[in-house]
Amino acid sequence: MKKEFKVIAELLPNDTRVLDVGCGDGSLMNFLKQEKNIEVRGLELNQDNVQQCIHKGLPVIQGNAETELHQFPDKSFDYVVLSQTLQAFYEPEEVLKNLLRIGKSVIVSIPNFGYWKVRIKLLFFGEMPVTKTLPNTWYNTPNLHMCTIKDLFKFCDEKNINIKKVIGVNEDTTSLIKKGNLEIKNLFSKLGIFLIG
Amino acid sequence: MPSLAGLFFWMNVKLENIKKLNVSKSLKLDCGKTISNFPLAYETYGKLNGNKDNAVLVFHALTGDQFVTGTNPITKKEGWWVTAVGPGKAIDTNKYFVICANVIGGCMGSLGPKNINPDTKMPYGLDFPVITIRDMVRAQESLLEHLGIKKLLCATGGSMGGMQLLQFCATFPDKAFSAIPIACSSSHSAQNIALNELARQAIMADPVWENGKYVSKNVQPKNGLAVARMVGHISYLSEKGMQEKFGRKLQEKADYEFSFNADFQVESYLRHQGYAFVERFDANSILYITRAMDYFDLSKQYNGGLVEAFKKQNTKFLVISFSSDWLYTTKENKDIVIALNASGADVSYSEIITDKGHDSFLLNEPEFLKTLKSFIDSMYEKFKNEKRI
Repeated sequence: MKKEFKVIAELLPNDTRVLDVGCGDGSLMNFLKQEKNIEVRGLELNQDNVQQCIHKGLPVIQGNAETELHQFPDKSFDYVVLSQTLQAFYEPEEVLKNLLRIGKSVIVSIPNFGYWKVRIKLLFFGEMPVTKTLPNTWYNTPNLHMCTIKDLFKFCDEKNINIKKVIGVNEDTTSLIKKGNLEIKNLFSKLGIFLIG
Repeated sequence: MPSLAGLFFWMNVKLENIKKLNVSKSLKLDCGKTISNFPLAYETYGKLNGNKDNAVLVFHALTGDQFVTGTNPITKKEGWWVTAVGPGKAIDTNKYFVICANVIGGCMGSLGPKNINPDTKMPYGLDFPVITIRDMVRAQESLLEHLGIKKLLCATGGSMGGMQLLQFCATFPDKAFSAIPIACSSSHSAQNIALNELARQAIMADPVWENGKYVSKNVQPKNGLAVARMVGHISYLSEKGMQEKFGRKLQEKADYEFSFNADFQVESYLRHQGYAFVERFDANSILYITRAMDYFDLSKQYNGGLVEAFKKQNTKFLVISFSSDWLYTTKENKDIVIALNASGADVSYSEIITDKGHDSFLLNEPEFLKTLKSFIDSMYEKFKNEKRI
């Protein structure tokens, strides 16, 4: 399992109810169910992925998070997880609002556009960055609203969203991000994982 | 069709030899009347294992019957769900014990309008009580009792079969470990009621129908019934699917005949489907079953709350819809998912992308069959483990 999922799994207490939005082939859900006795539900757009979840015996609803989160009642989950897709929605603010409505807490991860390699690509080469976490080129990227860890920090502050914990992920290392080290962590983290709500 | 009377006689003789349960306990119908000591025809496939944890109940659709797979002994045609059920199929009869009963109101051996009314010693016809989806489901519960099955591994059905399934889960919340409603709805839409009304009016407009009394004369309002079936067949396809299958192709001719014969392939197809149907189905049964579908409104039963209907669910659901189905749309199927979600039930949902319309659930639709198999097999593993604990 990838590092990001390990970090997310560590944030989730045992025996809780978790909705994984954009659950892919269910690998995170499977881990949470097997290892932490978490009651999982998934929402996934891709038919093959849905198929794989069903094959693993994981409950999954085929649908688009942008338009179909309304079906989940208020506070019906302890946690809602959204991994690296916030930037791909037309209206990320609306999606985030919905996640905070559905879950008592929300875990959101983002590919960090403030990562130094990304900055260098744009600053010195004058090209849209293509990296391991951002593998697409400008014309075929699903990402419409790229942001940095600092951006999401600011966003939560402005919208009065309670930030419980932020973790920066870089290769195999993780670090706790606070206001005091935000500038430097924003430069050296590939991913930001936010526990909010 | 000169031999129709003979055919009917022959069918009734054959119907004597199929599996039937005599339901002795009385059943109070939603219309207020009571039936008792009535026949419920059924068929089973595969073997019930020692733990009795491999039973799958299939509910059939409007024109279906208990002969899910193999050869239908009455019509000598393939079972209606041979694509999904059988040895090595998605619902594998080498592994699972598959049960299907003919609905009451039907005409394949269960109590229906062509049965003899004990009061008049004549076929019921329109004296048969109006039945509902809930009545159908309650009647079938007796069969599970008879077969000694406390809890089904899975119950499934498409179209009206899916509606029976939803009713079954709401009425008997502990009877199924898992459930797969396919291409159905929790209440019949205005469009579907309208199409059913069209089918009924076609039958009733046939002079042979005679207020349903045709049965005692050993005839059948075949023209009306055929039209009713044609309406159905149009609604089972999609615009695109129909265009691709038939387009404007002519039926074995080079040019128009300038007549009202079936010039177009699509006309020929409908006529064939319509008139083949009259050989195996009773017109009054269509009236009664379509009526049951129209009255179906699960949320009405639970004071307007579909969520309430699913409140007591421990059943694990998989809802499946087909993208080009305009009879039971993806939207209607999603409403079921939303209600199940809101009630906290364990629910999965998949929309199969296809041009084949409502009929898709009966066809060889690989994505659909794969999903069906994945779900049932994974549920079987869970059910076994749960029972062991």
